[in-house]
Amino acid sequence: MKSVAELAKQLKAKEISSVEVARDYLKRISEVDNLVEAYLLVNEDRVLEAAQAVDAKRMAGETLSMLAGVPISIKDNICTDGVRTTCASKMLENFVPPYDATVISKIKKNDMIMLGKLNMDEFAMGSSTENSAFKITKNPWNLNYVPGGSSGGSAAAVAALMTPLALGSDTGGSIRQPASYCGVVGLKPTYGRVSRYGLIAFASSLDQIGPLANSVEDVALALNVIGGHDQLDSTSAPVGMEDFTENLDNDIKGKRIGLPKEFFGEGISDEVKEAVLNAAKEYEKLGAIVEEVSFDLSNLSLPAYYLISSAEASSNLARYDGIKYGYRTENFDSLLALYKNTRDEGFGKEVKRRIMLGTYALSSGYYDAYYKKAQQVRTLIMEEFNELFKTYDALLTPTSPTTAFGIGAKTDNPVEMYLTDICTVPINIAGVPAISLNCGFDSKGLPIGMQLIGKAFDESTILNLAYQYEQYATYEKRNITIG
Amino acid sequence: MKITKAQVEHVANLARLSLTDEEKESMTKDMEMILEFADQINAYEIKDVNATANVMPINNVFREDVVIPSMDREKLIGNAASTANGCFSVPKVVE
Repeated sequence: MKSVAELAKQLKAKEISSVEVARDYLKRISEVDNLVEAYLLVNEDRVLEAAQAVDAKRMAGETLSMLAGVPISIKDNICTDGVRTTCASKMLENFVPPYDATVISKIKKNDMIMLGKLNMDEFAMGSSTENSAFKITKNPWNLNYVPGGSSGGSAAAVAALMTPLALGSDTGGSIRQPASYCGVVGLKPTYGRVSRYGLIAFASSLDQIGPLANSVEDVALALNVIGGHDQLDSTSAPVGMEDFTENLDNDIKGKRIGLPKEFFGEGISDEVKEAVLNAAKEYEKLGAIVEEVSFDLSNLSLPAYYLISSAEASSNLARYDGIKYGYRTENFDSLLALYKNTRDEGFGKEVKRRIMLGTYALSSGYYDAYYKKAQQVRTLIMEEFNELFKTYDALLTPTSPTTAFGIGAKTDNPVEMYLTDICTVPINIAGVPAISLNCGFDSKGLPIGMQLIGKAFDESTILNLAYQYEQYATYEKRNITIG
Repeated sequence: MKITKAQVEHVANLARLSLTDEEKESMTKDMEMILEFADQINAYEIKDVNATANVMPINNVFREDVVIPSMDREKLIGNAASTANGCFSVPKVVE
């Protein structure tokens, strides 16, 4: 298994061709994706055509970008010009975007090879990828378990070595939690670091696109490609870009890491707690100062998140009315019936639940008690993080309270599913960056993820801390066999 | 947190969702459960705190008033269920 960094080096040195690399991954996909079911779309011809074009450029002596010829796969809520984009929903089953998302334009500009579109929870609403209208992706470590969600396809494809790099999106933990369940590295950048133009919107104040890969360096390389201010996204941060691989190997002696005690208490499984506390000890061995801290508002984050995200979703999903694009019902006798039936037939159960919750929270009589209150909680959570970051360089927590759960285990009770996001959600509310990486395996052989949280726009510090652990700490590593 | 069927119907109408009777029943139960969970924020007293709509403190993001080519019209309406004369075709709205 080659990393993105290795592939890039070998491609540049002409030791391998882009077509050979693409063929290897297409072969791997044909071998294991019938079991894992991570992909919604793979177009072999297009992949080989793109790879041939890059090889031709390189042979002609053109100077290419660092990651030219490296494959990448894309979560299916990111618009790809001329390539079907469904958000894993019946509502967009046949939708072909007429434009590229900014991150896709950047990927193309860097001559990377897009292998295909990845499965997800419908409209990014879910924590297990069981809400996809089309298929259930399996956890490559154990096919009876979920890969997590909503970027389950992205995490599973990377873990199963079907792609060296994937893009996901994270609104409440949707990159980090599946990364944790599948034992890969997943980064949610600072809100505004990566353009949302072309990311089909779920919750506009929380959504961020981010990379998943098998190593920290690979994730940093990907961030270099996709990050940056974008005029087409008015919520894009007017901050400059840096080389996120530059500080990976910096010494971390004296770095201060806080352990918020509320993230290690009730509800967190013993095995997860033990693994993350062991990681904390490894950080101390590497010279970091690790201290217990308090994050008082941890228990308000989840209710606030579900109110804010559902309210924003109810607004963002109002556009699906069967007129300009997407599914349209055949059963209507008036304009109102067209809207109502299109939406009832086109949306899945969880999506409808969130739209209903969001509409209720914004409706007259309830706005102050729910939506406005949740926005006030957001202010308090931001302030709490700011206060902690005055003293600490990063915070360390489990990514999720447990490891992956069985397929069907949490589908009866929506609130039980929501609780799997308890460690990831505060980060989205505050807009700060966070990364998940593997720190061990449980007694069932399932990966355990730990999360490093950083200050706004300080991806560099959490990447550095993650890299140092990955390279120099003692922890269990395992190779994957599927099926 | 008790939710009545009438409330579910009202919200469904606002959200432009035509729920079946079965869906209305399960939605009522689900909403009660989720709202009870969400209600936790009301147990916490919050005084004199501004609501934050977005973590990014930027406002009025403008661009220069320069005309650039629009996207291709045919491409843009290509995903619609029904079009006519380069426009989206919809059921009659005004009598």
